[in-house]
This record gives sequence, structure tokens and C-alpha cells, in this order.
Amino acid sequence: MREYLLGNVAIARGILEAGAGVISGYPGTPSSEIVEHLAPLAEEHRIHVEWSVNEKVAMEVAIGASWTGTRAAVTMKHVGLNVAADPFMTLPYLGVGGGMVIISADDPYCHSSQNEQDSRRYAAFARVPCLDPADPQEARDMTLRAFSLSEEFGLPVMVRPTTRVSHARATVDVGAPRERKASPGFEKNPPRRVALPVHARPLHAELLDKQAEIEAALAKEAWNRSQMRGDVGIIASGIGGLYAEEAIAELEADVSLLRIGAYPIPRTIVGDFLEKVDRILVVEEMDPVLEEFVEMVAKERNPEVEILGKRSGHIPKVGELDPLTVRKAIARMMGLQQRGAPTMSPEVLSILPPRPPALCPGCSHRASYYAMRKAFGRDAVYPNDIGCYTMGVGMGTVDSCLCMGASITVGAGIRFGGEERGICAVLGDSTFLHSGLTGLLNAAYNGARMTVAILDNSITAMTGHQPHPGAGRTATGDISPTISLEEICRSLGAGLVETADPYDLDSMIETFERARDHPGLSVVVAKQACVISEMRAGIRRPMLRVDEEKCGGCKLCVSFGCPAIEFDGKVARINALCSGCGVCAKICPQQAMEVAE
Amino acid sequence: MRTSDCDVVIVGVGGQGVILISEIIGKAALSAGLSVRGVETHGMAQRGGSVINHIRIGCRYSAMISLGGADVLLAMEPAEALRYATYLSPDGIALVNTTAVLPVTVTTGQASYPAIEEILAPLWEASSRVYPMDATGLAAEAGSLQATNVVMLGALARHIPIGEEALLEALFQTVPARFLEINRKAFELGKIEVE
Repeated sequence: MREYLLGNVAIARGILEAGAGVISGYPGTPSSEIVEHLAPLAEEHRIHVEWSVNEKVAMEVAIGASWTGTRAAVTMKHVGLNVAADPFMTLPYLGVGGGMVIISADDPYCHSSQNEQDSRRYAAFARVPCLDPADPQEARDMTLRAFSLSEEFGLPVMVRPTTRVSHARATVDVGAPRERKASPGFEKNPPRRVALPVHARPLHAELLDKQAEIEAALAKEAWNRSQMRGDVGIIASGIGGLYAEEAIAELEADVSLLRIGAYPIPRTIVGDFLEKVDRILVVEEMDPVLEEFVEMVAKERNPEVEILGKRSGHIPKVGELDPLTVRKAIARMMGLQQRGAPTMSPEVLSILPPRPPALCPGCSHRASYYAMRKAFGRDAVYPNDIGCYTMGVGMGTVDSCLCMGASITVGAGIRFGGEERGICAVLGDSTFLHSGLTGLLNAAYNGARMTVAILDNSITAMTGHQPHPGAGRTATGDISPTISLEEICRSLGAGLVETADPYDLDSMIETFERARDHPGLSVVVAKQACVISEMRAGIRRPMLRVDEEKCGGCKLCVSFGCPAIEFDGKVARINALCSGCGVCAKICPQQAMEVAE
Repeated sequence: MRTSDCDVVIVGVGGQGVILISEIIGKAALSAGLSVRGVETHGMAQRGGSVINHIRIGCRYSAMISLGGADVLLAMEPAEALRYATYLSPDGIALVNTTAVLPVTVTTGQASYPAIEEILAPLWEASSRVYPMDATGLAAEAGSLQATNVVMLGALARHIPIGEEALLEALFQTVPARFLEINRKAFELGKIEVE
């Protein structure tokens, strides 16, 4: 059956075809659509699909499921694997039961991420196989195969798509979903499942002993394939291989090509290839994983071969590859003339206004930041976190962004490091539940004098509105226990915990002022639904307009930064993007904003 | 050697329905038995940011179009047309909606939005043909501003190797039935505009 599928949906289909029974994950671009696709199908296929609280939790849930003999998959973005690194690094010692697949989606060029981390390094670090798909078809095929590989070796298998695979669409051949096998339940086997030192030592040796066998098996996989056409060669990984294949066709060049799709890299295949060429170009995104390996193997098999790649400057060390970059690198290696790509002079492009992603019109985060700045002042320190709200960086209330949950902990460290000014750490509800709880507990325990603002829009907005425990429902739409952020914060030891509505600007400012004046750890929950969620739920507020008679042209509302407010040279105007939050009306010193008739 | 029958770059602003256009072309190509590839902007860039989708019809390689490789640049917004004009091949054509969407940098007065002529002039130089069109106005005429993307799809129809019937069928499969008439009209208005 051939369908036109998004890469992540192709992965989800591979999971269904493998008959997996448990799928967990935490949202993160570019991985989120895998669980999103499976959640509505959970009932039909009798599978458990969950948005977990964070990636470590998600991975451990999948591990438990695998230990009952059920096939399990866990999804996350590359930096999520850092959160899950603890179980990930020891799991290969203990091994899996039912096949277990870890999908860690990388994001070269940081389209929606804070770094360009290469998950292939992690797979090598943990000594687990890693499959590196080049397109949606391979993503589906590799996911399906990963389950059986996992069972063959008793190890989890990583599938590592990148943004341009996860968010590519292509015609993909897929099969029918397979029914989930009945589980025999958890089998007690302490020497296998309990990582006591006495067990871990022999398990570590066993893991290392498996490596040669894994390498030999992966050498037979169709994704590691070569085509000999001359003594100049390319060795390429994942999507780099597809770019290289296209470039060779476009250039009509005689170039040998070895494509690597499965790790650990088969030493024999690489060695055999190297013996037949004089010069090679290594094409891969992110870290020079393949290039370093090729250099190592070349020492034994063909010390004379000239190796080009990232080290020689033919392939960029940062960002993502594209077909043109790869074609140019190949042409350069072969000394071929290439017509340059069309360019636009910088002067022409300089007329274009920048269009960065921004907080939505009516987003309550903007109001929260405004109120926060009123209360704490421009000079206070604002450690921030990962979410939509980081886009408020232009408002002066985003001073740091490191990783999930780090706003609170870094803020506490800033206080202990000697900072005397006010500190207001900011994070969202989903991020707080993901990894802010331990930080808040630590801040309370160790006596950090600071304020934590939880911008609570009751959803994981940035990644596409996935629910979390604060939203009151699960991935599959089941009603979940009601939890209270305020009660959690009080239980963790925060001295003052207050909630306010950012649209009620005065009360929001006063709440921040009380938090600022609290002598210990205070928490402010700024609670207002995400404007996109409201719009989808059909909730409409009346739009505002500017009374041009009253507007003095002070531009205070314009500097607020809402995309719905424009300035026509003399007076402010409100455009069609207005969501009716009404915050600008409270900022205007002339009371010129009014509800449109 | 050409590695794709037709490469289209679709650009615009997050929220303008760029993904829908790719989806319809993809479905139509699939039903026509053509191999099709596309790649989309998701995540951070969707929050009112600039978005670019690539779609390659009759291609078995990657979904990414090279700079200078696009046969068609379909722009939902004029400034975005110029921003991504380097994707156009010198023989390529540009279909440009002339209705601007002001970025927050303009509404807050940090930057200004150029006159449409200033945007179109370098586009004329970069491509063999430019079709400026008021797709937003035509969508309004069809009955809904939301159908601007379908007006653009209609304008694109004769420039891609997929039959109009297949495109319309994919369109009607994708949009809610109650908007069928508006979409049919929007498609037609777009098509006529470039004839």
C-alpha cells in the first residue's frame, strides 16, 4: 500500500506494523507527530499510548513494558535523550524483553532547538545499534526492522531521524498494522534486571562481547550499501547519502558511493571500499562520526587514501546539509566547474523586514512579562526556560535559557553566586511538570530567595498543544486526576504561592509585587489559556479598536509588541489579528482602546 | 541530468495554510502515480515566522530543493517571495500574492515594509516570469480569506505536471465539505488570474 506520509507518521506506521503495545514520549520538535499520530489509534489497536511527564519517565515506562515481553517504543527530541540518559546508559547492560525502539530526533541547524547534538554519539556511547534514515520510506522500514534487531540482540535500538526526515513527506510503501502479542508478564530474573555492581560487571562484559556480532549483522542490512564507479568515492550517512546520490546523478560523474544507514559502522565494508579508492569525501550532518571512523579504518586498510570532509572544509561542521552544498563539495573534490547558485545582493534583501517567530497576538505571556517588569524592574535578573515564552526575549525579561527546568535552578545558583538584585525565574506549566519540580524543591530546601513565575496556559503549546498532567486529560483523551500547581508548589516548600490572571493586568502586577517583597521563595502562577487553544475551542472575545480622538500617539501600546497593534504615523491602530485579550486597553494612558462595536 | 520533473518552493507566513497546499499537491501526485517528495516547516518557525515548504514532483531523491533549482516559487506573501527568491532557477516562474502580512518588527516600528514595486523589481530580474496577483482579494471574492491558499493553488495548477482533476479531487478530500463551493470558486479564480 502506497501513501503520502510525513516522516514521523511513517515512523508511527512502522511502530504499528511491528505490533508494539506501548508507546510513550515527551513532545519535542521534530519528534512530536509520532505519538500524536498514534494516540487517536490507541483504542482501535488496543495499545497504550502516552505523553509522559518527561523523557526519562517515558523511557522507563517503555523499558518496563519491554520487560513484560511487549514491544515498546519511546519518542523524544535529541535533547530529550539527555534527560533520559540515565536509564538509557544502563539499559543496554540489563537488556530488553520485547523489542524496544528509542526514537531520538535530531535537529541540525537548530530549527527548533537549543543545540545541534548528534544522537549517533549517544548510541555509540551506550553501545546500542542506531539506524539513520534518509527519507520517510527508510524511516518506516528502519523502525519496523529496529524491533526485530532489538529482539535479536536483546538491546534497545535507536532510530535517529533528523528534521528533514521527520518533517519530510513522501510516497511511502506501508503494510498492515500487526496485532499486539499477548504478554506473559514480567519475569523475575534479578541477575539480569537488577543493576547491582555484582551483576553489572559481567553484564558490561557481555554487552561489549555482543558488539562484533552486531557489527557483522548490520553489515548485511540493505542500508549499508555501495556502488563502485571509479577510484574517487563518497562515504555518506543518512540524508547525506541521498543528497550525494542526487548530486552524482546531476553531475553525471563517475563516483563510487558507500551509504551508511546502520551503526555501529561495519568496519569491513568501509575497509573494502577504502581499498578501492584514492580519494574520498565523507558526507554527514552534525558530528564527524563517520569521518573519524573512516580515518581510523584507513590507517589499517589504505593509509594513502586522501580523506576529505569536515576536517578539510569540504563539508560544513555546523548547520544542516542541503543538496547544493553536497553537490558543490563533490564538484570541488573532482575539480569540476560549477555554475554558482543565483544570489541576491545584500542591498536588495536589506529592504525586507525581519520576520522572526513571535508570541501570538493576545498571548498572555506578553502580559505576564509586562507585569513582571513593572514589579521587578528592568534591572532584575530573569532566568528563563524552554517554551513559547522564550520568544519574549525582546521584552527584557528573558536573561537565560539553558535546558528544560533550568530557570529555577540557575536562578538559585545566581542568588547563591552573589547576585543581590531581584530574581524572577520563568517557566511554563509543561516545563515545570517536566523538570521544574525538583528545582523548586531544591530552591526551597536550600533557602534560595527568589520568585518563580509559572506561566500556566494549561498545555504544551510550543510543540503543538499536547496535554500534560495539568491539562486534566491524557494523550488518548482520557480524563486524568486534577492536580494543582499551587498545591504542588506549597508542598515543595515555597513560602508564598499566588495565582493571578495576566489579562487582569493590575492584579497581575500587584501579585508580582507581593512575590518580589516576600523574604524567601515565592511562586506566582500566571494562569490564562493559550490563545490558540481558546480559538480552537471556539471561544471568541470581542476585538478592540482605537478611538483616534483619544490616542495621543505615545506608542506605549506599540512597544508592548502585540502583532495586532500597528502605528500609522500618528495614531495606533488595531488590526484583524486582535484576539480581544484587552491588555492594551489597560496599558494605554489615554484610555483610547475600546471594545469594537 | 534533471533529478526531478518539477520542483516547487511554497513560501509564506506561519498560519497562511502553506502546509495545506503541499498536502494537496502530494495527494494529487500520489493518485496520479507520481513519486513525490516534500518538506515542511513545523515548530518554532510557525509562530508568525517565515515558512518555506519544498515539494518535488516526479522525484526519487531528497525532498530538499537546491538554491537556484525551483521551477516555481509560489509565494503567499510578497516579502517572503523576495526572501526566498534565490531558490528560483533562472528559467523559473514566480506566482506572488501581493497582499502583505506585516511582521511584528514592522508593526512595532523597528523595521519598515517596502513598497510592492520594490519587491517585484528584483523578482523580475531573478526569474523568467512573475505573476503578481491579489490572491487575498480573490479569496474574499470567493467567499473566505481563508481560501487564499486555494487561490494560489489554482494559479499553480497549469505550471505543474498534475492534472487539474486530480488536484481538485485531492482538494475536496482535504477541506471540510461545507467549504467545498468556496474552495472550488477560489481555485477557479486563481486559475483564471494567470491565464
